[in-house]
Formats: sequence, structure tokens, C-alpha cells
Amino acid sequence: MDVTLLARIQFAITAGFHFLYPPLSIGLSILLIILEYQYIKTKDKMWENLTRFWVQIFALTFAAGVATGVVMEFEFGTNWEKYSRFVGDIFGSPLAAEGIFAFFLESTFLGILVFGWKRVSPKTHFISTILVAFGAHLSALWILIANSWQQTPAGYHIVNEGGFMRAEITNFWTAAFNPSTVDRLTHTIIAAWLTGALLFMSINAYYILKNRHLKMAIPSMKIATAVIIVASLLQLFTGHQSSRDIAKTQPAKLAAFEGHWETKPADMYIFGWVNQQQKTTSGLKIPGMLSFLVYNDVTKPVKGLKEFEPDIPPVNLTFQTYHFMVAIGILLILYALYSAIVWSKFQFHKPKWYLKLSMIMFIFPTFGNQLGWISAEVGRQPWIVYGLLRTKDAVSTVVSSGEVLFSLILFTLLYLALLILFIYLMVKKIKQGPNELQEFVPENIDNN
Amino acid sequence: MILNIIWFILIAVLLGGYAILDGFDLGVGATTLFIKNPNHKRILMNAIGPVWDGNEVWLITGGGALFAAFPHVYASVFSGLYLALMLVLLFLIARGLALEFRSKIEKQSWINFWDLVFGISSLILPVLFGVAIGNLLTGLPVGADKNINISLFGLLMPYPVLAGVLTLVLFIMHGSLYALNKTDSELNQQLKKIGNIFAWIFSGLWVIATIITILFVPHAIKNFQSFPPFYVIPIIVLVLALLIPSCILKEKYKQGFAYSFLIIFLAMATFAISMFPNFVPSTIDPNYSLNIYNGASSQLTLKTMLIIAAIGMPFVIGYTIWINHVFRGKVKIEEHSY
Repeated sequence: MDVTLLARIQFAITAGFHFLYPPLSIGLSILLIILEYQYIKTKDKMWENLTRFWVQIFALTFAAGVATGVVMEFEFGTNWEKYSRFVGDIFGSPLAAEGIFAFFLESTFLGILVFGWKRVSPKTHFISTILVAFGAHLSALWILIANSWQQTPAGYHIVNEGGFMRAEITNFWTAAFNPSTVDRLTHTIIAAWLTGALLFMSINAYYILKNRHLKMAIPSMKIATAVIIVASLLQLFTGHQSSRDIAKTQPAKLAAFEGHWETKPADMYIFGWVNQQQKTTSGLKIPGMLSFLVYNDVTKPVKGLKEFEPDIPPVNLTFQTYHFMVAIGILLILYALYSAIVWSKFQFHKPKWYLKLSMIMFIFPTFGNQLGWISAEVGRQPWIVYGLLRTKDAVSTVVSSGEVLFSLILFTLLYLALLILFIYLMVKKIKQGPNELQEFVPENIDNN
Repeated sequence: MILNIIWFILIAVLLGGYAILDGFDLGVGATTLFIKNPNHKRILMNAIGPVWDGNEVWLITGGGALFAAFPHVYASVFSGLYLALMLVLLFLIARGLALEFRSKIEKQSWINFWDLVFGISSLILPVLFGVAIGNLLTGLPVGADKNINISLFGLLMPYPVLAGVLTLVLFIMHGSLYALNKTDSELNQQLKKIGNIFAWIFSGLWVIATIITILFVPHAIKNFQSFPPFYVIPIIVLVLALLIPSCILKEKYKQGFAYSFLIIFLAMATFAISMFPNFVPSTIDPNYSLNIYNGASSQLTLKTMLIIAAIGMPFVIGYTIWINHVFRGKVKIEEHSY
């Protein structure tokens, strides 16, 4: 098989598995702050037990994120040697900064969170929680700076350095806050809050259904609902903002999102199917809606894919992943609003169908994250750095396809095993539930 | 161009920090293979519980900093040593998961499995790191296109393997000294024996490796010959290593650990002096060698990165010291222990 294709599959799989965990930990870190703040404020042991419980869930998620993340730090060099030489002057700095500012902070203070309950004061512990959350968000900032530069390069010039063409930085701040950084950062962070809050919601709904931990689960549902209402509505706004900016910075990607072939006023599809060979898109659509969303004018033309040929992405994949992501976003808003009704009418004690639905809701933001990420990255093809470097010109030439196949199989199996273990241990922990006792009782330590 | 030299030193400091910090927890990990009692194994693993993750970040950050400051080195070395690096990643992941998962299910076969994974990963990683150091010292086939073409087995020549064993022995010595500060009673007695034996083995191997380097890797001693006072550094390493057995005997574990801390620092300095100004000497043509100039990013990036490091690293060092202080003293097994 072709080395470029294998390297792409490997990157997609390793990044895809990795991206299951950090959004969860970013989202949960916010909930940890809320829970521990309640404890600091009320001194009620219940909040401490809840915080302790969620710290364990957080730690498990964090560990899986670290395990899968280590690979990412080196994978640019191993499989994308030409890319690394081309972008290193710009792309390397945010990666290093992520290590210096975020990873150290998170991993050090996570040690306090998990092991430090008796070693530091409640206040220091709470500050550690805030620092872990801060680190998690900072990590997202740096990695999205790096990723956004790939999408909308800025603050650079191309030079020939010792026979190698490369992008060199001319202005750090222009490169860091390139045209898509802020949009992608807000959109991704809020997606992460939703991911964490919905897992929180799902687990508490399970307890209510099982009639367990009610004293904790009901207030937890309220906290989660508040977060989800705010975040899902904000997400509508950041998503809209993202699309408007993509219209300016990556018009071919926007056209692919809606399967828009000719330059003319553009429609928005509710659902549809793209035939890339015949260059057609069919489905249920709202005429002129895309033009309206981008330009506030249904008659204004939007550039079609045909203008960008042959440099267009796999359109149907971009189209479908984008549309499913949007559908999930809308579903979450409806769910959030309905949750508000359930809160005011039933205090989350019923209805049963709602609680059952809530139990599986956690799955949707995770799918949304993956779909949104696929549409953003596939939509950038055939470019690895938009407009500057093609994916096919970026791969490592010294690595054979056999070697990539070996590592691809290795990581796929390892990550699958990890995911299965992660789910298994998570379920075990959830079934066990938070400590109900007023006072902490140590486990029997003799049998390991 | 002074920035290139500064960044060479900073990369050495980051990787040296990694060797010192993860060095002790890898060493503790490898030591668990010599310990039979499962409770003792558990105490050892929890001795590094709150800190190993932060220690590993030094490697991650070192990787990121190498990418930022010397992208050609990052690109050439990691693509050229592809399979070796994949093995490193595999064992790093396996080791982290072992710590995280071992106590999550209370079944002896489950715990034994993860403890074995932890021990073996901790044993293999130092060897792999040492083999990499050995290969960098002897040089790699860097071509005109800056790429390195070598198979996994091409890396396993006698000299790099010696460097691998030396690194493992050093880390076990370092890890057992760390663990001596964290444990008591019967386990302490076993660790004393291990620390003692490995301090002697290290001293012997250090002498052998130094002689072999002088005889067979002439370009690695070039900087020492042009500035002979540098020779003091490897000699101090030997002197400190020879002092360790008496520290153990007198139960001055803190002092012993301080010595092995210094030994790794100075051993990394020896390695860095041997390499400078190269990252990877080419065995094909010295002109192809990857060095701090032809492998580097632009001056602006090096400057920006220096500012980032100057802002960030004092915090990192500050709270690394703080957390080791918070978790000072002997290990206690508690509710949230691994």
C-alpha cells in the first residue's frame, strides 16, 4: 500500500482515539471546579465525596489522554518528515509551549488532586483543581494555535534555507492568532464543556433511574443542565461564526460543507448526498440559506467547488460529517431546553423516558467532536498546510510502507484495548458510585 | 548564532531533566522486577505515583522543543529511527497504563499482569534510550537530503548496546536510591543490596565505556582534547559513583540520591560536550552531519522560544520542587493509591 495513505490512516486513527479523551477531561475539569467550590463554600461532606469521585473519573480520562497523546508529539517527525521541515519554524513553538505551560501544570497538580487529599489543605487542593482545569484549557489553546495555522497560515514568509523550502515566522502573534484560531478555540472548548457536562448528566441520570445517590444526583443534574444550556446555545453562535470566517479563509471547504458546485447563491441542505464524479448534490435544502448565513443576503453568490478544481477535498465525506455535526448541535440545544422543563416541573425525578434518554446522551458530543474534526481536516485536503503544502508532498520518505503498516496495526490494537479497558473501568467506577458515608473510611489495604 | 548554542544547551537540559527525573521512576520500575513480595512492589509503584507523570512531561516537552528549535533534527532522527521510536512509544504507553490500571480490579492475576508490564517496560526503556545515545555518539548514516537510512538492527551495534546497558544500570542505581528514601524495614534491606550492587556495576561500566570511547570513537572526544579541563567531568562521575556504596552503608540515602542525581546531570553534560556542535554526526560525510546551525529554526523562532522558556520553566521547576516536597517522606498506601 501507498506510504502516504498508510501514514494518513495512522494519523487519523491515533489522533481520533486521542481526541476521545481530552475533550472529556477539559469538560470535566470545569465540573470539578464547580463541585469543589460547593464543598469549600458549604463545608458539606457530600460535596467532598462527590469531588473525590469525579476526580477519579477525571484521572482515568486524563491517563488515557496522556497515553494516546505521547504519540502525537512525535508523529509529525516519524511519519511527516517533510512537513516537519517545512513548518517546524512555526508549528514547533506552540507544541513546545504546550509542554512548558500546560502539560507540566496539569500533570503536577493532578498529582495533588488524586494523591494530595491528606497532604494539603482543602483550599490548596481547590487551587490545584483550578490549575489543572486551567492547564487543560491552555493545552487546547496551544494545540489549536498549531492546527489553525495549518488551516489559515499567517505571519510567515517562504524561504529557501539550505536547499529546503520552509515557512519562517515573521510575526509570532500574527501566526499564533491567525484568522481561524479564535473561532476554532471557542468552538472546540465549548464542545469539550458539552462533552464533559453530558457525561456528568448521563451518569447522574443513571443514579436517579436506579434510585441511588439521589441527594447528590439531583443537584448534579441541575449543575449539568445549567452548563449544557449555556454551552449549547453558545455553540450555535461559535459555529455560525466559524462558518462565516471559513467563507473568507477557506472557501473551498465551505463549498464542500454544502456540496456547492457552481458559483451562485448557495443553498443549505438539511440532508443530502454528493456525487463527486458527476459534480452534483441532491437532498432536502433551504434555498439561499447559506448565502444568507454568510452574507445576510439570499441572492449573494458563493464560490462553487468547480472554481477550485482540481484542489478540492473528498466532498461527500466533508458534507456528511459536517451535516451530522450540525444535527448533533441542534439535538443538544433541544435536549438542553427540554432539560430545563424537566428541572422546573419534576426536579429531575421523572419522566422515566427522559432519564433513559439522558443516560445515552453522552455519546452525542463525542460523535460531534469526531465528526467536526473530520470535516475540518478532510475539508482542507489536498492541502496539509492550506494553499502552501500538499499532503502528498509531506510524508516521510525513509519510512517504508511495511514499517508504517506495522506501527499502524500496533497502535490500532493498543488503542482499541485501551478504549475497552477505559470503558470497562469507567462502568465499574460508576456502578460503585460516590462514597455516601459522612466520614471517609480507608479501604482494606492488606489485599492490595 | 549564540541562540543556536543556547538552544543546544536548553535541549540538553530538558533531556537531562528527563533523565534525572524519569530516570528514578524508570529505575524504580526496573527494580520491581527484583522484588518478589507483591506488597513491596506496590509500595515501590506508589513511591513514584504522584510524580512519574510530571517527570515524563520533560520528554514530551523535550520533543516539542526539538521540533521548534531544530526541526531538521526532529524530522531526521524520528523518521530515521522509526521502529525504535515506535517501541519507545509502545513501552511508554504500556508503562503508564500499567500504573493506572493495576489496582483498579482486585484480582491477583490482573495485578500481576500489570506489574509485569510495568517492570518490563521500565527495564526496556532505559536500554532503548541508551542505545539511541550510543548511536548518536558513533554517528548515523545522514545523507545529503538530511535523511537517515538505517534498519532497526543496524542500531544494535556493540557500542550502542553497551550504552544501553550502562543507562539501565545507572537508572536502577538511581531508582533504588530514590526508593530507599521512600521505604523502610525489609524492603529497605533489599533495596540496599540492589543499590550497592548496581553502584559497583555502574562504576565498572563507566570506566569501560570511557576507555572504549577514547579508543574507538575519536570524534566524540574532540572537544575534550581541545579543552582538557572537561575531562574532570567524567572523572567526577566515577568518584561520585564510588562514594555511593558507603552512603548506602551509612544509610545516608538523601546524600546518595543527591550523588546519583549529580551523576546523571554530569553524564548528560559529558554526552552533550561529546556531541557539540552536532546533533547527529554523519557516517557518510561529515559535511552532512546535522548540527546546531544546519538543523535549526530561524533566529526569530529561537528568540521567541527562549522567551517562552524563560517565562515557563521557572514555574515548572518551582512546582516540581513543591510537589516533591508535598509528597516527601515514606510511602503510605491510601484510598487513592495505585
